[in-house]
Amino acid sequence: MAYSEKVLDHFKNPKNVGTLDKNDASVGTGLVGAPECGDVMRLQIKVNPQTQQIEDAKFKTFGCGSAIASSSLATEWLKGKSIDDALKIDNMDIVEELALPPVKIHCSVLAEDAIKSAIKDYKEKNHLS
Amino acid sequence: MAEIKKVYLDNNATTPCDPRVVEAMLPYFYEHPGNAASRSHPFGWEAEGAVDLARQQIADLIYADEKEIIFTSGATESDNLALKGVFEMYSRKGNHIITVTTEHKAVLDSCKRLEKQGAEITYLQVDSEGLINLDELEAAIKPSTILVSIMWANNETGVIQPMKEIGAICAKHGVLFMSDATQAVGKIPVNPRENGVHLMAFSAHKMYGPKGVGALYVSRKDPRVKVTAQMDGGGHERGMRSGTLNVPGIVGFGKAAAIAKVEMADEALRLSKLRDKLELGFMSTLEEVYLNGAKSHRMPHVTNLSFKHVEGEGLMMTFNQNIALSSGSACTSASLEPSYVLVALGLGDDLAHSSLRFSLGRFTTEEDVDFAIKAISEGVNHMRDLSPIWEMYKEGIDLNSIVWEAH
Repeated sequence: MAYSEKVLDHFKNPKNVGTLDKNDASVGTGLVGAPECGDVMRLQIKVNPQTQQIEDAKFKTFGCGSAIASSSLATEWLKGKSIDDALKIDNMDIVEELALPPVKIHCSVLAEDAIKSAIKDYKEKNHLS
Repeated sequence: MAEIKKVYLDNNATTPCDPRVVEAMLPYFYEHPGNAASRSHPFGWEAEGAVDLARQQIADLIYADEKEIIFTSGATESDNLALKGVFEMYSRKGNHIITVTTEHKAVLDSCKRLEKQGAEITYLQVDSEGLINLDELEAAIKPSTILVSIMWANNETGVIQPMKEIGAICAKHGVLFMSDATQAVGKIPVNPRENGVHLMAFSAHKMYGPKGVGALYVSRKDPRVKVTAQMDGGGHERGMRSGTLNVPGIVGFGKAAAIAKVEMADEALRLSKLRDKLELGFMSTLEEVYLNGAKSHRMPHVTNLSFKHVEGEGLMMTFNQNIALSSGSACTSASLEPSYVLVALGLGDDLAHSSLRFSLGRFTTEEDVDFAIKAISEGVNHMRDLSPIWEMYKEGIDLNSIVWEAH
């Protein structure tokens, strides 16, 4: 299968690879997928408690090129967004931006799940509803 | 622009056609265009003579009689013909067929179709090395058993089954023994008669011949085996496979067999050394690399390795501009399921997703192997830097203790 240029670019030069301190109250962590499914995505956000803006985002992903590109793109989009705006990111936006083929749509779904899971973790930690 | 280096390590998928084979084939496209079934003119006689020679060359390679070679379009057709043809021909004797979960899809899917037509199929399991249990095989045979179908060497792992022992069990119970030997013929000595194999499928394009031509060996004496034709037409190939013979393809197949006969032994030794070098190259520098399949019962040119905590398709993307090989990862297939062969060996799905199959061949050089070791090791390190489960592993977290959200 041939990948789009954008997938290849994110794959070769992934943005925001890394780890934030998951015990930090301002950090939300989302870990989605399962090794036996061939995809595990861990996406973390660091939120400014005053403004509720996402100041930093990091990821690590076990998966195919599309999964890595989807998570790399997600972290780029998250930075600078309010958590409310971050919740509006839809998996189809990722599909469109990366020109993912139908068989790889689940990678974008996983990225959306990871975003939501990270925000949920942040909110729970900070008792926000 | 500098030429991109390309290393081909996917010889179990298909082999390049040897230039000597191509040369032998060329006259049979234009200079000698005859139909081998045309008995009334020299064009036909030339074609028939060329086919006869090729049939002899192929029979010589497998220590068979030339009348025992039925030409087909490839091993998939040969597998279909053997299974369906035996089921039809021996339906009065019984309807039970025994095969193995790690067989090629050409066998498994033929069996599935036969199940719909009233066949009873027993699928034997394999152990963690990919080998069948002979006692289980013998216990599975019953009065209605007509056929045992077990591949000679596995396409994904290169594991070689105990053919002689299986053949002896089949002979003891008077059951036909069929083998898909596609990955073995032309690479290691294969002698169906000596191993009690009565039907055997194989293909030209896995042994440096052209695509689109294969053969089914059908034993002619002790016992004389017959299969019901699955293609109706002119009654070619002793009535077992109608259709005009692919003369250039068959000529190439014969030449490939003749070359293999002479060069196979030295080549197997050379490739096993390169294969060992490849394995050592990874295992000496990378952690958590696992060999899949029996180390002591396998083809000399194949190795299947799992690079733990790295997903196979993603890993391949780090080097697939330069190196061609296959992965057992689901992502390389449309099904999203990892390799059923590796799962049958008892590998967790995670290790199956992390596997790469390397299959070396006649045109693989030591330089290719060195290049692959370096490029793939770098790829593994790159992917592990990106992998959350590698990070957890390094932190000593038990991955089995985590509740994963399967999706």
